[in-house]
Amino acid sequence: MQKKSIAGRIVTYCLLTVWAVIVLFPFYWMILTSVKSYSAYNGEYVPAFYTLEPTMQNYVDAFSAVPLGRYFLNTMIYTAVTTLLMLVVVVLSAYAFARLNFFGRGAMFTLFLSLMMIPNELVVITNFVTMTNMHLRNTFTGLILPSVASVFYIYLLKENFEQVPEELYKAAKVDGTSDLKYLFKVMMPICQPTIVTIAILKIIECWNAYVWPRLITDQQAYFLVSNGIQEIRENGFGRENIPAMMAAVVVISVPLIILFLVFHKKIMEGVSRGGTKG
Amino acid sequence: MRLRHLKGWLYLLPALLFLGCFMIYPLVDVLIYSLEEGYNSASQTYFGVGLYNFSYVLHDPYFLQAVKNTLLLVVITVPLSTGLALLISVQLSSIPKLRDLYQTVFFLPYVTNTLAVGLVFMILFKKTPYSDGMINALIHLFGGETVDFMDGPYWAKMLVTCLYTVWIVMPFKILILTSALASVNPDYYKVARVDATPRWRIFTKITLPMISPMIFYLIITGFIGAFKAYSDEVALFGVNLNAAGMNTIVGYVYDMLYGDSGGYPSYASAAALILFAIVLTITVINLLVSRKHVYYA
Repeated sequence: MQKKSIAGRIVTYCLLTVWAVIVLFPFYWMILTSVKSYSAYNGEYVPAFYTLEPTMQNYVDAFSAVPLGRYFLNTMIYTAVTTLLMLVVVVLSAYAFARLNFFGRGAMFTLFLSLMMIPNELVVITNFVTMTNMHLRNTFTGLILPSVASVFYIYLLKENFEQVPEELYKAAKVDGTSDLKYLFKVMMPICQPTIVTIAILKIIECWNAYVWPRLITDQQAYFLVSNGIQEIRENGFGRENIPAMMAAVVVISVPLIILFLVFHKKIMEGVSRGGTKG
Repeated sequence: MRLRHLKGWLYLLPALLFLGCFMIYPLVDVLIYSLEEGYNSASQTYFGVGLYNFSYVLHDPYFLQAVKNTLLLVVITVPLSTGLALLISVQLSSIPKLRDLYQTVFFLPYVTNTLAVGLVFMILFKKTPYSDGMINALIHLFGGETVDFMDGPYWAKMLVTCLYTVWIVMPFKILILTSALASVNPDYYKVARVDATPRWRIFTKITLPMISPMIFYLIITGFIGAFKAYSDEVALFGVNLNAAGMNTIVGYVYDMLYGDSGGYPSYASAAALILFAIVLTITVINLLVSRKHVYYA
């Protein structure tokens, strides 16, 4: 582009900085509020933008007054199992579509593609009734099973598998390598970046899941962090203890933010290739 | 060679099981539910078959309120967030330094828990007898009239909802647009510079046409996403969205299914199908419009 004048450049940086402040301010506010003491927070009619007496008491309250640790553990179990199952399903079917030759492959792939258009809202209703009738409410099985399948990731990985030269596959076949061995020893290592990206996107999705967990669980013992936050908001901490609430919010947000800071290149690349959240 | 076919299907089997049980079967089932009149979820019986469920939903004042809220949300946030994202992406692409840093910061809302940050927004905008809250303190500072954004007038609640929605959807849009801008062939700009083309003209005649497919992609996904709004509203106003008058179509579906007003999967199915029909219509219109205006290289 053409060179900008100095004034134009200053305007550009100002604008970008304003948006950065808008993005970061809620994070600043939640951390700030979480270290204010209960009495200090409620004493401020006009909220202060800083505090001189930070306290960790709210974090202690967050873990002792509500089962935040429990919510955390549940979310980790849910996220880990869902992501692992998803990877098994996705890798196997992407491999079948990319390399195996079998009757009906084209038709099945078209069916899978058309399933991408189906909104979750349509299928949640029956899934809820099915799970209720099978007495799987308030179980991990009920939480996890409907969250596993992701047609989009199958598509993404299949595209990536197809980029691996087919000659490799034929050579391996001549050597008598089995399909499964070829998948594990050649395909997966080569396509590891895509597999990692898919796993991270799924982890983010699981960590933020709200609608399905809310429908399928009504016992605190099975709440995930999102439901936990909602529960805390409705009747935890006696409603008005906002600093403790904010401490819980910070604790819940931290794992994903760390994940993001470590993998930000991969996450952003993965999302621009195929994330959807509009 | 029969073995070969069998093997292919074997690899596909897990995916088929999951998709069959949790996507294909429910899809058929939701159609059946929506046509069963007077379905009782306790005894699993129904009176007859017909379109009564649709008529009930379309006459339900809560549903009409939800449609109104959702439409307002769509009409306000989609153009606003797309325009703002375009402005920021263009500025972002024009700076030589700190681009990665800004980009990373701008992406942060994407990886946060919607429910958690929604609570922060609620606290920023809330006005209680003990405190005006942060936003009202600012309004007061500039001499404005303070408003209770969370329990006050409809427009104030709608404003907060729109602001939060824009905040949440911006990272995705900025990311897509900056990578679209980066992929425009620099030769076009060089030629334009030789001809001394003014900057605004370069933008409207080269940049915009080149990235128009991505803009339309964002508008389509934006429409779909905004029509399905629900968690953001729960984050701000709590689970009882009808009481706050801020329910959305998806919220109506879930309320019919579950909770204090729940137990009506037939009404929920009808409402979900109406939503699907609306989204499908709008997407088709978008695609038809885009065919006229989008330049595909």
